[in-house]
Amino acid sequence: MSNIISVKDMCLWYGEHQALKNINIEIPKKSITAFIGPSGCGKSTFLKTLNRMNDLIPNVKITGDIRYEDTDIFSPKVDVNHLRKEIGMVFQKPNPFPMSIYDNVAYGPRTHGITNKIQLDEIVEFALRDAAIWNEVKDRLKKNALGLSGGQQQRLCIARALAVQPKMLLMDEPTSALDPISTSRIEELVMELKEKYTIVMVTHNMQQAVRVSDYTAFFLLGELVEFEKTDNIFSQPQDKRTEDYITGRFG
Amino acid sequence: MRNRFDEQLFELNKKIIEMGAMCEEAIASAAKALTTGDVVLAGKVKADSNAIDQMEREIESCCMKLLLHQQPVARDLRLISAALKMITDMERIGDQAEDIAEIVTFLNGHTMEGMEVIGDMARETIQMVTSSVDAFVKKDVTLAEEVITRDDVVDDYFSRVKHGIINLITENSADGEFALDLLMISKYFERIGDHATNIAEWVIYSVTGTRKEV
Repeated sequence: MSNIISVKDMCLWYGEHQALKNINIEIPKKSITAFIGPSGCGKSTFLKTLNRMNDLIPNVKITGDIRYEDTDIFSPKVDVNHLRKEIGMVFQKPNPFPMSIYDNVAYGPRTHGITNKIQLDEIVEFALRDAAIWNEVKDRLKKNALGLSGGQQQRLCIARALAVQPKMLLMDEPTSALDPISTSRIEELVMELKEKYTIVMVTHNMQQAVRVSDYTAFFLLGELVEFEKTDNIFSQPQDKRTEDYITGRFG
Repeated sequence: MRNRFDEQLFELNKKIIEMGAMCEEAIASAAKALTTGDVVLAGKVKADSNAIDQMEREIESCCMKLLLHQQPVARDLRLISAALKMITDMERIGDQAEDIAEIVTFLNGHTMEGMEVIGDMARETIQMVTSSVDAFVKKDVTLAEEVITRDDVVDDYFSRVKHGIINLITENSADGEFALDLLMISKYFERIGDHATNIAEWVIYSVTGTRKEV
């Protein structure tokens, strides 16, 4: 399987503090990779580095090499907006814009210059269908998105990310604010999405990583301790620190 | 949370050790009844086997509860899944000890003269069961591997018993039924050796995470 992301010897500092140390990882295309580790281990920092969201934070210094489809993401030739269109992001707390369901999904395509109503209609329907929420909202597209339930709002946010036709989705604890039913819908959705997209997901829910992901990366104190097929990590971890963390012996 | 889980795993361990000891006792009693012709002792093995069945249920439910409550991973998952498999082998060992003891009650005072090799075979299989349980307790992969190797010794004994039985029939064809009983008994011991081997293989899986190639 070919890789969509390839990271070599990557380090990251927030001012004097080194948050990531010599990260090396290759993320396979059209798969789900889970990032696990205790709070403050650097997993979210690393996730946000992949589409250069960390550029927005002052005093961040990054060294090493990150390639997205063989392109150096820090090359001056790279258009950051285009990179973030290719690599979308979904956050922990559903954050729909205070506007209609339709406008939420059409927001991205519009900022990329699409104004044709028919074309926008198509994109909105396609994105909402891909995010498994079309049937629930098709009759109320003009209603305010804030009226949806938490789980629906999160799927709407996924639809919003899909509307710009990304290749990859970064998800930062996408279900931690949701009830078990909404969580399981998102998990099912994520597993369907990997047919078309590459997903990287930060999760604190170990069972979720087991259920959903193909690969798991375990981070600790800014280091990538182990990256393996999920089934292997959770049945036969190679590093004692991984074993101790996943079995709840620390963290 | 982890402390509670550790306590539960400790309890599970204790129960498996106890079940192992019960199996050893059942085979030892069956073997002793066989060599001494003690029918009363043979009758006691049935109760031993029932107690082993009961213990299997208890451990099974303990494992199910741990799987449900703790959603174990890594070595915890391996330990619990190995335990679930091992107790099936232990339960079979109990059944086979019972089968041996049952035959003893039909032997009607036949002596084991000339067939002492069955006694040796019994000792070897008891040792295999003891060592496999020991290997589990100590998480000792080397000892588990030794058990697996010793299965060949038991298989050799079984061949020798078969030859002995053929001689027995040749010398006295009227003893045909007795000869068949002895064949059954030795086959049960041979199967006990196989179950001890299975237990040893699960110990290795539980410790290393790898299963022996078939």
